[in-house]
Amino acid sequence: MEDIEHIPKELKLIDAKGIRLDGRRADELRPIKIEAGVLKKADGSAYLEWGNNKVLAAVYGPREAHPRHLQDPAKALVQCRYNMAPFSVTDRKRPGPDRRSVEISKVISEAFSAVVFVEQFPRTSVDVYIEVLQADAGTRCAGLTAASVALADAGIPMRDLVTSCASGKIGGVVALDLNKDEDNFGEADCPMAIVPRTGEIVLLQMDGHLTAAEFDEAMELSIGAAKQIYELQRDALRRRFASVAEAAQREAEREPPREEPPREMPPEMPEDLPPEVDDL
Amino acid sequence: MTAEVISELLREHINRLAATGKRTDGRAFDEPRPLTVQKNYIKNAEGSARVQLGDTDVLVGVKIDVGEPYPDTPNQGVLSTSAELVPLASPTFEAGPPSPTAIELARVVDRGIRESKTVNTEKLCITPKEKVWIMFIDIHALDYDGNLFDAASYGALAALSCAKVPASKIGKEDYPLPLEHWPISVTAAKIGGNVLVDPNLDEERIAAARITVTTDENGDIRAMQKGLRGSFSLDEVRAAIRTSQRVGKGLRGIIQRA
Repeated sequence: MEDIEHIPKELKLIDAKGIRLDGRRADELRPIKIEAGVLKKADGSAYLEWGNNKVLAAVYGPREAHPRHLQDPAKALVQCRYNMAPFSVTDRKRPGPDRRSVEISKVISEAFSAVVFVEQFPRTSVDVYIEVLQADAGTRCAGLTAASVALADAGIPMRDLVTSCASGKIGGVVALDLNKDEDNFGEADCPMAIVPRTGEIVLLQMDGHLTAAEFDEAMELSIGAAKQIYELQRDALRRRFASVAEAAQREAEREPPREEPPREMPPEMPEDLPPEVDDL
Repeated sequence: MTAEVISELLREHINRLAATGKRTDGRAFDEPRPLTVQKNYIKNAEGSARVQLGDTDVLVGVKIDVGEPYPDTPNQGVLSTSAELVPLASPTFEAGPPSPTAIELARVVDRGIRESKTVNTEKLCITPKEKVWIMFIDIHALDYDGNLFDAASYGALAALSCAKVPASKIGKEDYPLPLEHWPISVTAAKIGGNVLVDPNLDEERIAAARITVTTDENGDIRAMQKGLRGSFSLDEVRAAIRTSQRVGKGLRGIIQRA
């Protein structure tokens, strides 16, 4: 349970005109900003702001899986750790994993396992760390969306990015992307994550009260929003790699190219070859 | 939890059967295993049930004690759910602190009970802000042959349905736990392109993805959880919801009558 502020029960989460407390319409996302490559030490990273949520994600690996008994001789493990900073919520959260964060870490790990080419990196682990710095509901979606960008920034081969969003029900109306008050006082919340290119659902949770028709409506909102978020993720990566290219350009200009003729070419790098399959 | 080696022969066998609409134990894709429920199995628990879903065997106890309410719900009783995957139940279960699997199990069962407002927690208030009844649901796996999610949630519901609030402890008369809804979870596993209800252990071990849908007596959805590394299409999720509504009816009847 995250913090709960006291708001009178009569409070209307959505008015007759379909406007929510924060001024959004039912099908409107909170503003989202994503930046890739924000940390120096990590192999890949991303920072994301989603409404009042602030989330950092870092990726390390593929690296040797520890503890070793967890190693899979056939594939890489994708191990996610979702963690909330003690100051990220109104009432201080005790540091360290609790049952909620263990479950969220598990379902996010499973979601990424569906897209990472795990069979290319046997015995390794791709470690995904999500730190929630400021929370305002929807942190698992924000964390997953950020971590997806961090995985791409780390150059981890994936079938596609994963994009996450939630929809729920407030004041009897199905609505996109609930904030904290709406989550606490609404009737249902349904976070999901999809592979945008194929529409596969890789994460799905729901709590509250929805009819089957309302569920369809909620998924339609979330999938529509995921398309917008997917573009923001791709844009963050484009900006990241444009800046990498610029830096390389500057480096090249500072150092004049060597005049000597190229000598014997080295043999083709093994990275270019398809991964070898061990038939034994 | 240690991983268990899965025989390629078995994997192929199950896949080949599924491709022709069959299962290893002869069931239809939307047919759960036989469910038996024994209520009041443990005398020292305020409510309890032993549930067998095929060869999966789970004991659920409900203990009810006086405690403090949460500050944001000062006049409501409290629900707390835990699960123990004890090594007695499976060669893959290990002693020690709860694994992520056990935590997910407890939280999914808890979500189904909580979100459908199964128990009227306002009737569990003793003194607002100070004293309320706290329900502890403890799930104890005895024999693991797949689909603990459903076996445990049927056990939890059955145990709650026969539980008594021990009000004699505070000088009042004991009364039955105020149960108002009957949420039923139905879990299905994706094998090849098929979605199979109530997977047994062999099916569960080769499944790409798992989905649990909890519906109430009106057929409304109260909780969902997708698990494992694979994925579902939206149509598969919709089909799982319809199956849960349909299959849930029969199972609810068994638990109510037990």
